[in-house]
Amino acid sequence: MQLRLLKEKVAEMYEKSEFFHKRMDEAGVKPEDINSFEDFRRVPFMKKADLRDNYPDKLFVVSYDDLVRVHVSSGTTGKPTVVGYTQKDLDNWSEALARGMTSFGLSKKDMVQNMHGYGLFTGGLGVHYGAEKIGATVLPISTGNTSRQIQLMQDLPVTALAGTPSYYFHIADVCDQMGVDIRTATKVRKGIAGGEPWSESMRKKLEERTGIKTYNCYGASEFYGPMFLECEEQNGLHLWADLAYVEILDENDQPCKEGERGAIVITMLQKEAFPLIRYRIGDISAIDWTPCKCGRTHPRLMRISGRTDDMLVVRGVNVFPSQIESVIGEISWLSPFYHLTLTNENYMDNMLVEVELTEEALTEDMVKLNKMSNELSRRLKDVLNIKADVKLCLPGTLPRFEGKAVHVTDKRCYD
Amino acid sequence: MMSNIIKQLSIFVNNEPGRLAHISSVLKECNINMRAFNLAESTEFGILRAIVDNPDEAYDALKLKGIIAKKTDVIGVYLEDHPGALFMAADALGKANINIEYGYAYSYKDKAIFFIRVDDPVKAVEVIGKQGIKLVSDSEI
Ligand SMILES: [Zn+2]
Repeated sequence: MQLRLLKEKVAEMYEKSEFFHKRMDEAGVKPEDINSFEDFRRVPFMKKADLRDNYPDKLFVVSYDDLVRVHVSSGTTGKPTVVGYTQKDLDNWSEALARGMTSFGLSKKDMVQNMHGYGLFTGGLGVHYGAEKIGATVLPISTGNTSRQIQLMQDLPVTALAGTPSYYFHIADVCDQMGVDIRTATKVRKGIAGGEPWSESMRKKLEERTGIKTYNCYGASEFYGPMFLECEEQNGLHLWADLAYVEILDENDQPCKEGERGAIVITMLQKEAFPLIRYRIGDISAIDWTPCKCGRTHPRLMRISGRTDDMLVVRGVNVFPSQIESVIGEISWLSPFYHLTLTNENYMDNMLVEVELTEEALTEDMVKLNKMSNELSRRLKDVLNIKADVKLCLPGTLPRFEGKAVHVTDKRCYD
Repeated sequence: MMSNIIKQLSIFVNNEPGRLAHISSVLKECNINMRAFNLAESTEFGILRAIVDNPDEAYDALKLKGIIAKKTDVIGVYLEDHPGALFMAADALGKANINIEYGYAYSYKDKAIFFIRVDDPVKAVEVIGKQGIKLVSDSEI
């Protein structure tokens, strides 16, 4: 069925999209050449730059009359991206999220406090309509005003939250300050976590602290918005095979072996207004095809382990922030909050890793503090193969983010 | 019950201007008097070690304002009515294998006191007591 949908989409796009038609011609591929998944790999990629170059609406293949909504993604680099939706697009988007929410046990019995930003950002409205589709009650509170969030989750029978991982930690911090124990003062037991990548150890820490079981959510405004969720097994995001075809490719654009990590390339199979064909989102992950314990046969996308473009080169060595994250995650006396600053002097790179101590581990004993700092230094060096300066910070002092967390500041100057 | 073990507040502050003033004003608001203090700096952050007249209340007041503090046991040696008391105390502690981590002096009215943080305060009280050196009791703070 996927192959049929792929062929149909390519043929439709070849006819409707000037951009796609031109790209196919340049690559010397005709829609009728595509008769297998292998053939499909001849279809040229779409990249973020293509979306920017065609700002605001040159990639739309329906007229504004048929659009019922547009979202605009924040342009972290350069121009933003405008995404249009037909009614069917919105229906499929809600369907994707509704399935995901059902897969970890949400139902009409639940009340979802949606802490994602409403507005141009797709997180808020995406989760909103998905939750309504399963009949859950939605509390559309959006981001910010943390003490009010905590008040309402106590006053109303909220059972599930939706937000970014860093905002969950912020909620946990403020709960501590206010003396609110989520386990006893609220009915919140589940949470959807999306909008930024985080590590498994961060999830464990959050779950231990708050008692909220969190389910990863993945998506991007280019797809629809957030659209893939983990089921109750918390072991990968079910990829809805009727809505998306996902490839994982290596550096040479060849398919990775099963389970191997590579660049995510996604084709949206039923998107109408703003189709995506072989889109390189820039995230790295792997697909697990083995049947899930939950019984669903949709393949699972594993945790996003980095960006194809977040690699830092420090003193000639490749460094991934995810490596630093994993070291921090293994050390019980550190909180998951960290910041990486790169500077250079006389072309010599310097890397500073700032991490927060947990409140329990914080001590006035200078000898102990020194030991901890040395241990972190040593463990980072073991993993990164270069020396990093480390600074242990007081709990709650590194910046918290309500949207995407910014972990790296590169101040290096090369002139 | 009176005790010779004094609760010191170790208040953690970022090395940034105005933080100390902020802490003093929080304590003042709650009518807590700082009897003695000492400021230590690690490479990472500052630690304000303070002897206050009501450590439990001060701890709660600071926590409410989001300022992190820990309670640390210290002992206080009276210096004035026993010449050489500090040396005798240090010597006795050394012989008993008790490590002094840090200390700081302070005078109040006609008294001079040296506060000491040791790795085993209970044993330290016993060892110093045997030397006939007078220790500060918590009720005197
Ligand atoms: Zn499953």
